[in-house]
Amino acid sequence: MTDMILQEGAAAAPTNVWRAKALASFKVGDSVFKLLAQIAAATVLLVLGGIIISLIIGAWPAISTYGVDFLTTQRWAPNARPNPVLGGLGPIYGTLVSSLIALLIAVPVGLGISIFLTELCPQWLRRPVGVAVELLAGIPSIIYGMWGFFVLGPMLADTIEPAIVDAVADIPILNVIFAGPASNLSLFNASLVLAIMILPFVTAISRDVFNTVPPVLKEAAYGLGCTTWEVVRRVVIPYTRVGVIGGVMLALGRALGETMAVTFVIGNSFRITGSIFGPGTTISAAIASEFAESRDLHQSALILLGLLLFVLTFFVLAAARLMLMRLERKQGI
Amino acid sequence: MNPLYAPRRRKSKIAMALCLGATIFGLAWLTLILFTLFWNGFAGLSVALFTQMTPPPNAQGGGLLNAIVGSLILTLLGIGIGAPIGVFAGTYMAEYGRFSKITSVIRFINDILLSAPSIIIGLFVYGAVVVPMGGFSGLAGALALAVIALPVVVRTTEDMLLLVPTQLREAAVALGMPRSYMIRKITWRAARVGLVTGLLLAVARVSGETAPLLFTALSNQFWSVDLLKTMANLPVTINNFINNPDPNWKRLAWAGALLITLAVLSLNIVARSLSGGRNPK
Repeated sequence: MTDMILQEGAAAAPTNVWRAKALASFKVGDSVFKLLAQIAAATVLLVLGGIIISLIIGAWPAISTYGVDFLTTQRWAPNARPNPVLGGLGPIYGTLVSSLIALLIAVPVGLGISIFLTELCPQWLRRPVGVAVELLAGIPSIIYGMWGFFVLGPMLADTIEPAIVDAVADIPILNVIFAGPASNLSLFNASLVLAIMILPFVTAISRDVFNTVPPVLKEAAYGLGCTTWEVVRRVVIPYTRVGVIGGVMLALGRALGETMAVTFVIGNSFRITGSIFGPGTTISAAIASEFAESRDLHQSALILLGLLLFVLTFFVLAAARLMLMRLERKQGI
Repeated sequence: MNPLYAPRRRKSKIAMALCLGATIFGLAWLTLILFTLFWNGFAGLSVALFTQMTPPPNAQGGGLLNAIVGSLILTLLGIGIGAPIGVFAGTYMAEYGRFSKITSVIRFINDILLSAPSIIIGLFVYGAVVVPMGGFSGLAGALALAVIALPVVVRTTEDMLLLVPTQLREAAVALGMPRSYMIRKITWRAARVGLVTGLLLAVARVSGETAPLLFTALSNQFWSVDLLKTMANLPVTINNFINNPDPNWKRLAWAGALLITLAVLSLNIVARSLSGGRNPK
């Protein structure tokens, strides 16, 4: 009896040591793991900081040379003597105009599709159409660019654009906006390609937010005798307004920064013609087509354009996220 | 019919017809794009595509072997760098700092990086890697892809870990499991399918990226697996070939575009069916 107790005591001593050792090794592993996780999380913030800092450093020569004039100068002559004359107005204008036209086309169509998907579509068709739309959002943008260049561009230049040019030839302002000659490479072509590209985003997000409307609200409206359109117009859209706007802003963020699709079809001309059927350029297209061969001030000016684009998309995307977050909070309650 | 109700009904019918029209309109464009791609791409598909190098201009035949291999290397390396960081960052957000302020800041920043223009990522890597290293390189291209993959992985990892029931964690900790052990053996394992889905989505996202490679990895006409030199890759090769009048190059470019699209679509479908089976949302 006593022996056994003694034996147990003797055995207990090394067990305690082992346990202490094991716990210590766990402790080290535990803190190393936590440290790794913290470093990784910090990396996300560092990437954003790195992007901003490297863009500012790269753009600094251009900022100090041109200052605010960069935003108002249209001339882009990297080879001018003695000093290159570089102004960003052309690409900034092209970026804003092409994204705006793209939104004007994609938002009504996208909302139409999501209304169709949530209110009209038979149940068995909803998933296939929804998945198809989402898959199309994943197609690389260069494919859209190639299609715009080889298919859409000639189609527009041969049929639609001349028709519009003729139709508005005698109407004041419109004959400047829609002035010919029609060409394969134009702001309008780029806007259409952009619209087709962001269509899946607009559709997917607005369908998701339309699905958040509590069925009881819709049922109540139907119970009062509302038609489908009245339910959409008076119940669904007011309830989801913030989310829809958030989704549109997200799509705008995409459109502003879209590069390859636009580079193919916009014509890369820094002059502002005023006509949307004329060639133009956007910030991202200018960077994509000139950066690899640029040097010194020219390169710095391109980076400055990139910085402007980043700031612009940052604010658009931040606003979009804040709106979508507000909607999520509303849902949570 | 009630004279007050009839016009309302008519209006509704018209609006709904417009919605149907919008659906047909939208899907028609998208179908047209896919049709063009398949029509032009299938003509270029052949065994030589996978076994021969990119041809010089105005030559016959040739394939895309060096570009395909280069793309695989760049993608794998980019994911290899971006994914572990992303998984750890997502783990931090879901496990350690779930309720802290810093997590919501990281989530916000990450969401912005998720949709930031990829050409800006290219400029960043150019300034941070290409200039200090003194030239374009495959490594720089891979790093650019890693930066693009990172937010995708962070987002899916956090989302998937948040789906793991807290009771599982509590049970593990109650047994005396250290936290890191619990995360590795319980939460990661429970969310395994979700984590793989995130990886596949990240691969799909980076494999079609062209803009950030234009001035990081550049491209290469020849066979090269040296990470410190320019490296051939499919997107930039397509971009260079399609803008050239040479019909042989154009044919190869369309075939390459078809390859990329098929890869991206099948990755997306696999990812979707994985997550659809396990976590019906």
